Amino acid sequence: MHDLMARIQRIPYLYWALAALAVALLCPLVLDNYLLAVLWQAGIYVLLALGLTIIVGYAGLFQLGQAAFYAIGAYTVAILNIYLDVPIILGMPVAIVLAGVLGYLVSRPILHLRGDYLAIVTIAFGEIVRMLLVNNVFGITGGANGLSDIDNLSIFGFTFNTIIENYYLVLFFVVITIFGVRRLEDSRLGRAWTYVREDELAAEAMGVNTVHVKAIAFVLGSALAGLAGVLYASRISVISPELGRFLESVIIFCIVVLGGTGSIPGVFLGTFGMVVLPELFRVVRDWRDGLVGLAMVLMMIFRPAGLWPSRRVAEELSADEQEASTA
Amino acid sequence: MSLLQVSSLTKSFGGLMAVHNVDIAIEPGQIMGMIGPNGAGKTTVFNLVTGIYKPDSGKVEFGGRSLVGLRPHAIAAAGIARTFQTIRLFPNLTVLENVMSGRDCRSKAGVAGALFRTRAQRTEEQAIRAQAEKHLRFMNLWPSRNELARNLPYGDQRRVEIARALATDPKLLVLDEPAAGLNEHESADLMALIRQIRDTGITVFLIEHDMKVVMGVSDRVMVLDNGEKIAEGTPTEVQANARVIEAYLGRDDGEEMWRRD
Repeated sequence: MHDLMARIQRIPYLYWALAALAVALLCPLVLDNYLLAVLWQAGIYVLLALGLTIIVGYAGLFQLGQAAFYAIGAYTVAILNIYLDVPIILGMPVAIVLAGVLGYLVSRPILHLRGDYLAIVTIAFGEIVRMLLVNNVFGITGGANGLSDIDNLSIFGFTFNTIIENYYLVLFFVVITIFGVRRLEDSRLGRAWTYVREDELAAEAMGVNTVHVKAIAFVLGSALAGLAGVLYASRISVISPELGRFLESVIIFCIVVLGGTGSIPGVFLGTFGMVVLPELFRVVRDWRDGLVGLAMVLMMIFRPAGLWPSRRVAEELSADEQEASTA
Repeated sequence: MSLLQVSSLTKSFGGLMAVHNVDIAIEPGQIMGMIGPNGAGKTTVFNLVTGIYKPDSGKVEFGGRSLVGLRPHAIAAAGIARTFQTIRLFPNLTVLENVMSGRDCRSKAGVAGALFRTRAQRTEEQAIRAQAEKHLRFMNLWPSRNELARNLPYGDQRRVEIARALATDPKLLVLDEPAAGLNEHESADLMALIRQIRDTGITVFLIEHDMKVVMGVSDRVMVLDNGEKIAEGTPTEVQANARVIEAYLGRDDGEEMWRRD
């Protein structure tokens, strides 16, 4: 298993990406609507997890409230659409920006603190958002029942109605997100995140504005969750506060950690394990929480950097291990 | 006018007065050495100057501008770069990536630049790399540029730290015990290097326990003991100063014999 994964990881990234894209594009030819809907759902989680990868994987921050930003994206676009008749395509940028701004407001006051505080604050924020939605804040969230009759996304007169259309829509966003995330990783900002993760004090002393770059990670990750929420709401057309529950945040977090923190292929592997398998196999669904717990324990023992780790995170962990064994 | 002007700098931790009423003036182009027994407050002074600690009172002015209250990254951007007493490289990054970190505060590209790969962003990325490579060559680290920092020998890691600090284009380079752990040969190279750095127009402020290094390289030396400055002058003056000798060799305590430094 270990050898096999090592060999797979040596295949150039671009080949993987192109092969995966080709398969993804051809899926609608062979899969039925149910399976496409599963993949569509997986695509939503991939977007959520890619956002969280920026926060957890690149900047090394804890974020256990990603689902709150997902819900914020979905509710923003839904409220604009239902009460003000704003088309989804115009509500989408508003929802993304709002999720990003809230991500900034939540994280900014506490970014100079250690990681654990951030985890607690984001959990609390997630619960606040969910409770506000349940309690029908301002009378516009529909309480526990949520909102319904949300329009589909339409652009230039074309409406994304069917599952195939929505599948391609999500695929489109997944592809451009991966493209963007990889460009971010390989940039001044991406390096700054790595410096912060490696040694925050040294990064700061070398002139990296650590609070600023951490805030950017948070904003981008939250905004991506907002996008995922928009895509969800516009296809399902019914949303409820359940979107923002803590368990969702945990699932997204597990996707990132199980797959391999900071690794894009890892996000797909994690989503497959956390979302696709439970959906396809009832046994897995019924036992998911237990299986995830077991998988986590096994992973921490045998593959602490995740199933498909980023090269760098794997190095960091093995360095820690060496230190621990020599200490 | 002095490049760095510190006056009545004071810092205490709980009941411990770590630094008390210290004045420092460093002229441009000078190499200033700071010595003192362990626990004298030398590193605390460095941490106060570079913004890692906030002074309780006193002034820190750099090129006429007050640095008190600025965060460390802003002080680095203002032109003060430092190394650490215990090496703080980014251990799992390559030597080149480590040195590139120094360019961050001289660069501008943000999210949009990274996403759209604008011409300005690409030019800047090339410049970051070129600058980092220049400093690697200067520090004789070119052959190991693609090694992970943690795999380098200790002496090389020290040089990577200096290269990383130089990459920020500092006016003042602050070195915290650069010769610690180096052998005699490496120390001699280090002295030559510090002079070379000064000759490029960078002012140097260093803490050093190796008396051969600090007396050999410094234009002026200041001595700290129990958080207070007890002497300052040329290396010869300081070596002849009665209070300095007392601080180092001890009053007639007996116990002082056990001190290693």
